[in-house]
Amino acid sequence: MKSIRIAMIVAVAVLLGVVASTAAGSTRSAKKVTISVASLIPGSTPEAIKQFNAQVAEFEKKYPTITVKPVEYQWTAPTFAAKLAAGTLPTVFEVPFTDARTLGDNGQLANLTPYFKKLSYHKKYNKAVLAEGTDAKGQIIALPKGAYAQALHYNRALFKQAGLNPSKPPTTWGQIRKDARIITQKTGKPGYVEMAKNDNTAGWILTTLVYSLGGRMEKGIGTHAKATLNNKYTVQGLKMLKTMRWTDNSMGSNFDLGWSDINQAFAAGQVGMYISGSDVYTNLVQAYNVNPSIYGLTTIPLAKNKTAGVLGGGTLAAVSPKVNNTQLSAAMKWISFFYEQPLVSKKQAIRNAKTLVANKQPVGVPALPLFNHKQYNLANSWIKPYINVPLGHMKPFLNGIFKQKLIPEPEASTQSVYNALNAVVESVLTNQNTNVQQMLQQANAQAQAAIEQGS
Amino acid sequence: MTLTTVDQAREPALPSKRGLSRSYARPRRTPLNWVRGGGLAAFLFLLPLLFVFGAFSWYPIVRTAIMAFQHTNLVEAPTWVGFQNFAAVWHDPLFPVAVRNTAYFAFLALIFGYPIPLVAAVLMSEVRKRRGLYSVLAFLPVVIPPVVGVLLWKTFYDASSLGVFNTILHWVGLGPYPWLQSQQWAMPSLVLYSTWANAGATIIIYLAALIGVNPELYEAASVDGAGLLRKVWHITLPQIRGVLLVTLILQIIGTAQVFLEPYLFTDGGPVHSTLTVMLLIYNYAFGNSLGGNYGMATALSLMLAGFLVVFSLVYLRATRSWSTR
Repeated sequence: MKSIRIAMIVAVAVLLGVVASTAAGSTRSAKKVTISVASLIPGSTPEAIKQFNAQVAEFEKKYPTITVKPVEYQWTAPTFAAKLAAGTLPTVFEVPFTDARTLGDNGQLANLTPYFKKLSYHKKYNKAVLAEGTDAKGQIIALPKGAYAQALHYNRALFKQAGLNPSKPPTTWGQIRKDARIITQKTGKPGYVEMAKNDNTAGWILTTLVYSLGGRMEKGIGTHAKATLNNKYTVQGLKMLKTMRWTDNSMGSNFDLGWSDINQAFAAGQVGMYISGSDVYTNLVQAYNVNPSIYGLTTIPLAKNKTAGVLGGGTLAAVSPKVNNTQLSAAMKWISFFYEQPLVSKKQAIRNAKTLVANKQPVGVPALPLFNHKQYNLANSWIKPYINVPLGHMKPFLNGIFKQKLIPEPEASTQSVYNALNAVVESVLTNQNTNVQQMLQQANAQAQAAIEQGS
Repeated sequence: MTLTTVDQAREPALPSKRGLSRSYARPRRTPLNWVRGGGLAAFLFLLPLLFVFGAFSWYPIVRTAIMAFQHTNLVEAPTWVGFQNFAAVWHDPLFPVAVRNTAYFAFLALIFGYPIPLVAAVLMSEVRKRRGLYSVLAFLPVVIPPVVGVLLWKTFYDASSLGVFNTILHWVGLGPYPWLQSQQWAMPSLVLYSTWANAGATIIIYLAALIGVNPELYEAASVDGAGLLRKVWHITLPQIRGVLLVTLILQIIGTAQVFLEPYLFTDGGPVHSTLTVMLLIYNYAFGNSLGGNYGMATALSLMLAGFLVVFSLVYLRATRSWSTR
């Protein structure tokens, strides 16, 4: 009798165990979720990849039910559009400030609002930056990854070689022109190079130049905006480029460089000065292993008038609208962990900085505040002991940038406005007899048509 | 009992006229007969091919034809817009530019790219030693992945005096030339690369055609005192004219659809000087990061396909008598 009772107890225990383990297993498998996330740009160094993977491992340790699949990612207008159409973007991807709102209005980005409101730090965001990721209905459709101001990057070694003082970079466009000429004459390398590729980088940099002289590319907002590409400042900027290209001969011989190409050329010591976002040092290290000793950063010279300003932009992290709620929740956790927490949590900021330093990745690259100014200063103080970028070489920028007026990119049909300007820049740099006025009028008509169509 | 020889026994008895009609009559078409006759097996073998062809070839073609009459961003429901996309393409100021550039590319490719493989094939067929080596050398560019080839040639085309071509030309007192950085030079530069990259395949076709030419014709011509050029003109070209006509139409169709070279080398620049019809289609679809104009892209695709169909029919009709003479 006793043995029967024991047998029954054992049987019940085994049965309960099996049921419990099955239930636990099914719960575990039900909660498991995999998301793909934008990682580094193709061609990044092994150290950069190692650092990224370390962050993924840390995240997966923190959220054991989430598996993160990193996907190489670089935003360019044509590749983004193709991936968007094909539905092959990762779950979490990055978009520039210029595109997020329209993509959100078109239903091409997931609504993050419910998850956003649960973030403990959601009230600390810089309102202007957060507006870039808010659609017409007031829904949050993207969260900021980083904000930049356009800046002048220069090669200190070439400055020295040309007999110029690398600690005193140019502060006017006239000086840029003069220094570029000297660098070309003394070193044989192009003194000033500009992105002039047909992938809209040409238009982006020309707009930066025009802003710095006091001009604007459009007036008004939305489809009612008026294109003003053919303003006197654009003509002035183009004439200056023409002189540098054809009279001074200080811009080199190749005029089809895009964002990556010019970074590569700069890291290889082939460029005296160029304009790009203030945070580009990260890419110079991650993809091209730039020698920190040659790197210099300063502000873009502004003309002495009330409207002159520096173009500012940035990148946002967004989620595909095709995900389910579990994936969306996991994606938001990743966005918070990877993009936002290092700026609002001391623990995460220090851990992140330590991982970056251990993998020889830059800490302390100049960027504009995503959160309020108090939070910005606080976050900077947390990582101060770990800063490994040549801050001394960036002083001209850091001392000057907060005194400059920051102007956002053209609001209406930004990429189309840049696209219309591409051909003008290309023409000025490849055809000495370009009729600037005529080309600008054509570009203006093209941009106006795009604005009216909302494309 | 009737005696029959062995042979007679093996041969089937001839059926009567009535029997003939009965025994050779087509069996009734029933599913069972179809299966017994191997129809099912043939269908099963055909199924993967039909699926692949249908999914990756016919479905996109049908979808393209439909999308050409729609406005869609591939997210929201499409709307029918009739011929609006075709009208938009027709009135786009870049459309005539792209057509002109494509025609220019085709013309340059015809002038330089078409005769070079023929000359090379004739010369190679005349060579007695190491013909295999020359064939390999000629075909090598074809097996190099185009992206690799373009990257290689981009360094050749470096517009500075340190570029490969400019350095070589400098030795003979020429240059430096702007190559891809000039509106005048960009398109010929693309044609030069394209000729290098594609000549190998055509050379192999010509070499195969030349083998088919009867050697006795050459011997007879030699007896009559004909030199190499006269033999080529009077024997080789007429003998392989069928192949020449086919490669010509294939080249024209290929050049009308040129995309890779302008996309990878110049992205259509400088100032749209290398913007081709195919690149314009690509730009319509993917040029804007906010979502492309797929309606215009598919409309232009249909226009291009229609033009090539009509052109091919006219060409084949016009050259029918010459190719079969």
